[in-house]
Amino acid sequence: MSSKLAKIEKRTAYLLILPSVLLVFSIILFPIFSNIWISFKNVELKDLRIPEPRAKKLVKSINDNPNQIKVIYKLRNSSLTQEITNVKFKDKYPDDIKPISLNNKCQFKSNLLKCELGNWPKKYRENLEIVFQNINNQEISKKEIKSYKPKLSGKSQNILLTYEFTLNNFKKVIKDKAFIDLLSTTFYYTFFGTIGAIVFGILAAQMVNQKFFGRTFMRSVLLFPYVAPVVALAYTWELLLDPTSGTLNNLLINYQIIDGPINLLGQKYVTLNILGFDFKLRLALTTVIIFEIWRYFPLAFLFILARLQAVPKELYEAADVDGANPIQKFLNITLPQILAVISILFMIRFIWNFNKFEDIFLLTGGASGTRTLPINVYQQGFSIGDIGMGSAVSIVIVVFLLIFMFIYFKLLGKRADEN
Amino acid sequence: MKIKNIFTYCFISSLFLFSLICIWKILVTLQGIELTNFNFNKLFIFGIILCAINLLIGKKLNLNIKIILLALLFSIFDYFISTNLPIWYSFGIFLISLFFFNNIKDYDKNFLSKNHSSQILFFNFLTLFGITLFSFVILFPFYMMLVTSFKTQALLLLNPLDFSINFAQGLPELFKSYFIVFKDYNFGRYMLTSTIVSLGTVIITLIFAIPAAYAVARLNFFGKNFLSTSILIIYLFPAIVLVIPLYTIFSQLGLRNSIEGLLIVYTATTLPVAIYMLQGYFKSIPKELEEAGIIDGQNWLGIIFKIILPLSLPAISSVALYVFMIAWNEFLFSLMFLDRPNTFTLSRAIQFLNVGAETPRQYLMAGSVVVTLPILIIFVYFEKYLVSGLTAGSVKG
Repeated sequence: MSSKLAKIEKRTAYLLILPSVLLVFSIILFPIFSNIWISFKNVELKDLRIPEPRAKKLVKSINDNPNQIKVIYKLRNSSLTQEITNVKFKDKYPDDIKPISLNNKCQFKSNLLKCELGNWPKKYRENLEIVFQNINNQEISKKEIKSYKPKLSGKSQNILLTYEFTLNNFKKVIKDKAFIDLLSTTFYYTFFGTIGAIVFGILAAQMVNQKFFGRTFMRSVLLFPYVAPVVALAYTWELLLDPTSGTLNNLLINYQIIDGPINLLGQKYVTLNILGFDFKLRLALTTVIIFEIWRYFPLAFLFILARLQAVPKELYEAADVDGANPIQKFLNITLPQILAVISILFMIRFIWNFNKFEDIFLLTGGASGTRTLPINVYQQGFSIGDIGMGSAVSIVIVVFLLIFMFIYFKLLGKRADEN
Repeated sequence: MKIKNIFTYCFISSLFLFSLICIWKILVTLQGIELTNFNFNKLFIFGIILCAINLLIGKKLNLNIKIILLALLFSIFDYFISTNLPIWYSFGIFLISLFFFNNIKDYDKNFLSKNHSSQILFFNFLTLFGITLFSFVILFPFYMMLVTSFKTQALLLLNPLDFSINFAQGLPELFKSYFIVFKDYNFGRYMLTSTIVSLGTVIITLIFAIPAAYAVARLNFFGKNFLSTSILIIYLFPAIVLVIPLYTIFSQLGLRNSIEGLLIVYTATTLPVAIYMLQGYFKSIPKELEEAGIIDGQNWLGIIFKIILPLSLPAISSVALYVFMIAWNEFLFSLMFLDRPNTFTLSRAIQFLNVGAETPRQYLMAGSVVVTLPILIIFVYFEKYLVSGLTAGSVKG
């Protein structure tokens, strides 16, 4: 009896999860794996359009004879790169109309015109002309003939489904001189974005953890950048930072802090002189990182605040009795308490920043030294139009991602053990 | 020791006061008022003097009278060193200095002779300064977004620092950009699409996720542990690695430029987190309630609908709001899949506006307000639910 119940339970469970599993499999897992397939192929954006045989039908009257009519089909292969094989053609005619003559490719049976047009190479064009006559010698209505649309079918190779593979995409990715630069930009962006978000998250959480007027309102406000749509925020920042009409540059010039406008999003390097040493700062990248910190520190704040509120008050009271100063309290009580949260947060944010696309894309489009791996996927796949290359870069991202995830889950496991 | 404390106190306090004044001056400048100098030296030194006076008076005077007196002194000083400024500017200065002296009124000689008092002071001011600065830095872009949408191109070019709003011109003139954005740029349609897509995603996700989460939380089946760990792993995969295969598949299936295609993708990408959040909550519901339901002769469907759902409404609302937010804000897929204006979502439409030929910035900002405002209103109104959703789902972002 109980085994029967267990069986029912099992069946119900599978029934309940099946829709979700199927959907996630087809939209997330299957694409991730098909990335591998595509990355070994030489596919371009223009190859994605399936080649179609097309026909344009023109109907012309023949001089002095209203009982006859000439029909011209302008045939062409829509693809500029691929051939179509075994093209078949079908068109319907009114009952009382018959062709005068037909070439050997076509047949006319019970008011249907059928043609076997064979193989069409790429860019193929041909005109098919047929003269028709009314068998009752009545006038032919051009409109009626035009109202029927020809139907064509043919077979073409789907370039995605062939078994031709190449290693060229990966060779190109790795041999690309910019690849090292791409990696270093990605890691620079990811690392500083993550650290910055966490540092500001700690600061904000420390502040909001104290009692002051308008504290709940402050907590909502701090989350605004994270909740609002990226598109709106990125464009607002772009307007703020614009070198000629942007508010920031105009303010700084107005208060004589800078002499001329600075193109914060369009300038790759700026040379800073600190203590007599010149060093080059990647300006646009830094600006993008600041935007990133601005947008994502709320998340770190939320996590750390939740943890801070769980720290027992007695710890601080005991420290007060011992005469500890605020810095000692932070270093010896607060920091150890939030360290675990911070490490988890660091990993999660690191993974997400590593894959961040929208923010950079909207702010700079990857120009002036802000090209990261995700931006490169887009540029290869859609700006250059090399889908295979784009996929190959995606695979590089996935490999890094798997490494990070491995570390992350190790960390989670270790933390679970400690608890 | 004491001298050091007094010095730190005066220095930090005056710096804090000065930063508050700076923020006020920036806001005043953005009203189109000509102000080209922060007057750092004079204000800073006068601030130090006033802080020292505050310390000297201590509690000898009524505290309210003391702060009003000091604030008045400061405002009058500021009034004399700056020229040609409207009276509301000085009034603002007065209010800010009132706020500032109210914060430091309790400090006297006794306090400064305590242990660590300079550090406590420093951190108190850091908190105050932090709160002010954080609010300013966060709200400033939102403020700029809003005021830019009320201006006209000609006025913006004439004085790029004048963001004052002329209420005298009447409401239709004021909201002109919004009328144009809705009438000429079809934002009503995009807003409808965004709403349909977001609500659709919420409903479909919940229909898929609730049964699945229930199964993972409650039922025993082979592969359960594997499934619950893979949910999290799948969730960590970003959209950018899905985009190329989905683009190729969707182009060949003719699903691009369709709302259905967008709905499928949004549902699939939010499903893992929805299941993850819901199963955690379902586990916390006492099993006895369900057992009672089984005794009453309910089947699984009855248990889900009559026992689990009513009990987990808070969790379901968090998931719904979180999914709504993700779908409403989503950009990458809408950029990849939609290239015909009749299927645009709001995010995609704004990007299209920006890329398109020389769209005046006030229209761009009006569009941005249109896409931002609903989500902020929802957030403020349902903050409790959304925050718990954000915390649970914030592995993503």
